[in-house]
Amino acid sequence: MPGDMLQILRPDGTLVGDAPVDVDTTRDLYHAMVVGRVYDRKCTAMQKQGRLATYAPFEGQEACQIGAVAPLEEQDWVVATYRDAAAMWFAGYPMVNLILGRTGDERGGQIPEGVNVLPPSITVGGHMIHAVGTGWASKLQGDGGVSLTMFGDGATSEGDFHEAMNFAGVYQTPTVFFCQNNGWAISLPFEQQTNAAALVDKAIGYGMPGVRIDGNDLFAVVAATTEAVETARSGGGPTFIEAMTYRIGPHTTADDPGRYRTEEATDEWRRSDPIDRVRAYLVANDAWDQSWEDEVADEASDQVEAAVEEAEALDPFTAGEVFDAMFAEPTQTLLDQRDMLRRDG
Amino acid sequence: MNGQATTERTMAQALNAGLREALSDESVVILGEDVGRTGGVFRVTDGLQAEYGAERVVDTPVAESGIVGAAFGLAVAGMRPIAEIQFMGFSYPGYDQVVNHVSRIRNRSRHRFTAPLVIRIPYGGGIGAAEHHSESFEAIYTHVPGLKVVVPSRPIDAKGLLTAAVADPDPVIFLEPIRAYRSMKEEVPDDSYEVPIGVASIERPGDDVTLIGYGAMMREVREAAEVLASSGVGAEVIDLRTLVPLDVETVIASVQNTGRAVIVHEAPRTSGFGGEIAATIQERALYSLRAPVERVTGWDIVVPLRRAEKHYTPGVDRIVAAAMRTTEGH
Ligand SMILES: Cc1ncc(C[n+]2csc(CCOP(=O)(O)OP(=O)(O)O)c2C)c(N)n1
Ligand SMILES: [Mg+2]
Repeated sequence: MPGDMLQILRPDGTLVGDAPVDVDTTRDLYHAMVVGRVYDRKCTAMQKQGRLATYAPFEGQEACQIGAVAPLEEQDWVVATYRDAAAMWFAGYPMVNLILGRTGDERGGQIPEGVNVLPPSITVGGHMIHAVGTGWASKLQGDGGVSLTMFGDGATSEGDFHEAMNFAGVYQTPTVFFCQNNGWAISLPFEQQTNAAALVDKAIGYGMPGVRIDGNDLFAVVAATTEAVETARSGGGPTFIEAMTYRIGPHTTADDPGRYRTEEATDEWRRSDPIDRVRAYLVANDAWDQSWEDEVADEASDQVEAAVEEAEALDPFTAGEVFDAMFAEPTQTLLDQRDMLRRDG
Repeated sequence: MNGQATTERTMAQALNAGLREALSDESVVILGEDVGRTGGVFRVTDGLQAEYGAERVVDTPVAESGIVGAAFGLAVAGMRPIAEIQFMGFSYPGYDQVVNHVSRIRNRSRHRFTAPLVIRIPYGGGIGAAEHHSESFEAIYTHVPGLKVVVPSRPIDAKGLLTAAVADPDPVIFLEPIRAYRSMKEEVPDDSYEVPIGVASIERPGDDVTLIGYGAMMREVREAAEVLASSGVGAEVIDLRTLVPLDVETVIASVQNTGRAVIVHEAPRTSGFGGEIAATIQERALYSLRAPVERVTGWDIVVPLRRAEKHYTPGVDRIVAAAMRTTEGH
């Protein structure tokens, strides 16, 4: 990876700079990353069993997803994508809702009041501007809220990305643009997504600070996001963060990466696993032992299994219910159509 | 096509063969997301980049406005671009280019500039996909003056219509029903042939009621005709194949004979293309009608996700019920 990139924790678990959080917090974040991984693997397995619709795994991106959310507070917003389940969960989106969404059920998006996390964006690139809007609202309402938006390298090619960056710059909204550059947009490698050497350079064009970080380094992610969040919260406007990471798995469970990439590059990135890295750090700081690891793994597994059970216990919508959420009150036309469906099946 | 070599193909394979054939014209360029190395998410462009190179079959950045806008520029300057949009739900970032430029340049320049391009768009539900992957918004294209809109329902038409679309001097929105990509196989001629744009196909003759459909819904329409036949109702089945320009003559002649019409589409009902057909029937064949024209359509709702999608897609039962209603008491 190129040198002009913030790194604090080396792949071997040794520090290059100062850890942004203490050891106890690191253990908590480690725990959260493990939950993310257990969830991710469970979803892939469930999809293979036909229990979920297409699923987009995020293995390898756990440091980005947990680390970027770590500095957030309750009033903050998260606006992310189909690949950001761990980030959304860590920001308070209930796991049962995430799973329900993946089974193919709109109630996945019906999350509790007070959780400021939008349902995942399935279209690429259209959602970053929403985090400009929510940030703008925080500014107008004076609630001190910051909006974090997460997106991929591919999303920076959509026109809406540029409109979002420009608006955030013009209105100095408290928005943190967190790009997980995982090397691929389905089959398109980063080098063909843009002729720019680095996405972070785009920040200059919109008059905002940008930073490129090692996205498999939890500490780099936490440090960069903490600074960006503090800047935004104190009225300093948006920041663009480009986190260099890698999509270890397929684009989705419907994808076959063998058609466009070799396993060698993926294996190399496997050796730079974000969870292993934090574990190595904890070991070196006498903050890890096998029994705790087992405890973490068991808890993660129980949590995921409980969410799966709860999601799957819910009966699917009846025919009539599919009409219920188009408007605050169904129109007469919709009521008529509901009757037609009941009449003719 | 008698005596010609044929190969049994799915619609995806037939389209692949049609695209390969199109590429033998050097002005044809295929561009879209993941169309090259992986051959597209539905594998419709499978193997084409390997055969024709990355300059002719181009993997683009994730940018639909870019794809359509660049295709427009390529076309205006004499190339024959075939753009692929991954799913209809992702076509909207490119819609501004379609509405404001692609569809208008001929009129804006009084024929001096033209945009003979094809935009291939997989559409429709039935595969339990994620949000935005199931919709059927053909009417947002049929409503735009200056666009031709084609929707094949079967492999043989898919290849022939694609060839006609590439040869057409005007922009063609080429809608590919996702659930028909692999559900049906038929013998498809290996040599080049065109299925003309603007000509519907009478798939099955009948005297009692006209069933009018297109695209993915043709499977249900065909099945409904079978069911009706077993109850002694002769349904004439029309596959429109092209929505714009509409083959009015075929529709009207059939309805004048049967006196009854059922229009079927997966798209939402309000402002759906069925309204256009019904209006045309009442303008041209009102006095032949023996019953109100029936529409069997999707509802005015977002296509439900996988667990409840079945409540959306019109089924055979609904088509049969509508057809029976037209025959009641007449
Ligand atoms: C507007 C739009 N165009 C195309 C797609 C199909 N699609 C889904 S994900 C994807 C690639 C996105 O890549 P990136 O932004 O790097 O995110 P990643 O999947 O790597 O997390 C594409 C093209 C889409 N969902 N939305
Ligand atoms: Mg990516």
